[in-house]
Amino acid sequence: MSFFYLVEQYREFDFQQFFAQVTDAAILRSLAQEKPDVVDFLNLLSPKAAGHLEAMAHKAQQLTVQYFGRTIQLFIPLYISNHCSNQCAYCGFNHKNDILRRKLSLAEIEEEARAIARTGMQHVLFLTGEAPHLTPMEYLEEAAECLKHHFASVAIEVYPLEVEEYRRLQQAGVDGMTLFQETYDQEVYRRVHRAGRKMDYHWRLDAPERAIQGGMRLVNLGPLLGLAEPRSEIFFTGLHARYLDDKYLEAEVAVSLPRFNAAEGDFRPDYLVDDKTFVQFMTALRIFLPRAGLTISTRESAAFRDRIMTLGATRYSAGSSTGVGGYAEMRVGQTPQFEITDERSVAEVAAAIVARGYQPVYKDWDAIV
Amino acid sequence: MKNDVLQLGGVTFTNRLFTGTGKFAANALIPQMLAASGSQMITVALRRIDATAQSENILAFIPKNVTLLPNTSGARTAEQAVRIARIAREAGCGDFIKIEVITDMKYLMPDNWETLKATEILAKEGFIVLPYVLPDLPLAKRLESAGAAAVMPLGAPIGSNRGLETRPLLELLIENCRVPVVVDAGIGRPSQAAAAMEMGADAVLVNTAIATAKDPVAMGRAFDQAVKAGRAAYLAELADQSDLARASSPLTGFLDE
Repeated sequence: MSFFYLVEQYREFDFQQFFAQVTDAAILRSLAQEKPDVVDFLNLLSPKAAGHLEAMAHKAQQLTVQYFGRTIQLFIPLYISNHCSNQCAYCGFNHKNDILRRKLSLAEIEEEARAIARTGMQHVLFLTGEAPHLTPMEYLEEAAECLKHHFASVAIEVYPLEVEEYRRLQQAGVDGMTLFQETYDQEVYRRVHRAGRKMDYHWRLDAPERAIQGGMRLVNLGPLLGLAEPRSEIFFTGLHARYLDDKYLEAEVAVSLPRFNAAEGDFRPDYLVDDKTFVQFMTALRIFLPRAGLTISTRESAAFRDRIMTLGATRYSAGSSTGVGGYAEMRVGQTPQFEITDERSVAEVAAAIVARGYQPVYKDWDAIV
Repeated sequence: MKNDVLQLGGVTFTNRLFTGTGKFAANALIPQMLAASGSQMITVALRRIDATAQSENILAFIPKNVTLLPNTSGARTAEQAVRIARIAREAGCGDFIKIEVITDMKYLMPDNWETLKATEILAKEGFIVLPYVLPDLPLAKRLESAGAAAVMPLGAPIGSNRGLETRPLLELLIENCRVPVVVDAGIGRPSQAAAAMEMGADAVLVNTAIATAKDPVAMGRAFDQAVKAGRAAYLAELADQSDLARASSPLTGFLDE
């Protein structure tokens, strides 16, 4: 059974109608549950629950401290290629965009790794676009093996792979996998993914599950908030995480909630998620998934990241460059995949975490296992 | 009480509260907590030790007079646990090792089978092995035979703060094990630590409840007091419990006058 089976169960479900009948009493009941179910999760995602945000934040904070302590795990992304055959309407790496395309050589990856390692970062996430003919498995394996020498944990955010391919990367030293479904709404998915392998909704939807089957310890899911109706997107993200968590006891599941940011091109998202709603989503996810990692990237501003640190977040990227390379040397004319708004250095983000009474954790894993 | 000490692997402990290094808001709190609680043994996950100079090394926060108990957190097989233990010893973390093999990320239940296999190997290599297990008496006896220095059964799932949910099983271990029994995981309150010690546990290991308290230093002190009170009560031999009230001036006392 694929997670798609669960998605299909909600095909006829009218989210707006459900949200319209949610009462304060129902929200309070859901907040008091020790093991919230999907109905509780929906109640907490309803517009009405915005009136209970303070109580949600308290519960989210308490659960996060219990399961993770007052800590924030740091990681850094490294784009090794922006070649891409997809045409995602919202993405700076869209095949149709006339941007400088490049792929780092192994020597350049090595150089970037050394530069990143100097910041103290121990967890690295390497990324590519979807162009398997230019960045084939062998390239990904070599990149992983190279990075493994410099970091305690190496994770991937690359195009969806087969189980056996995930296993090969796991054997090359990769322990985590991030992949965003972008949208769980099949209609919107079709509309914004205009060409390339990424047009296949199912292939992408099942990739995190294949990654676990291939031996990945950690999978990180997420919607790209703004493409489709956001409350239902968060609902499916939570459901997806719980599905994997229930089915694979050996896996750690984390979620991201990237919201739309300007990228190359003129894409205007249909939905905007304001800060208050973002916090509601984040705390609802924490309450529904108490043990899940919650990743906040540098898409969010420094000021906002400093504020939400204590409300359920567990993983922060820091010092990020979202163009290819970008750590060993300044590369002019590089188009980022998306614009970052928290431009602080690793040391500055770490200092901000300490200032909030939390501990920045550089190393929480070791490739020896 | 003066001579009530715990011997483990040739080391004498006068304090029966073991602590952990995880989940603290700042590593600088660790030495303060150790000073306040009097804890003489602290566990640290090898995977958290960062030998590179850029970020702070957690080992620098552990005073020399406190015994380091490296643990194999992250291991999913006996083989991985063995490898981590060897690396810990080579890294200068000493001969103590807490074996933690967890294959289930949902409930974080220890895998008793893999833990036993790792214990057999590491005890032969001269490690002082403290296996973290589900409280299972036949397994505990096998761990003893394999050379474990103690057994560390859980009271409740890690970090759950739910206390001694496995109490009847813990009692079997405490009554029947030759090696010390250290109740590890699940203890969320000093009163639960005291209860474990009253039952006759030789020590308790507490991390989350101390590290995530608003004031971890004061909470460390509170746990120390609770552990001492529970131990003293155990040594003083608790009066039997009874469902019936027993008046301190018995109703029929006059018949003997």
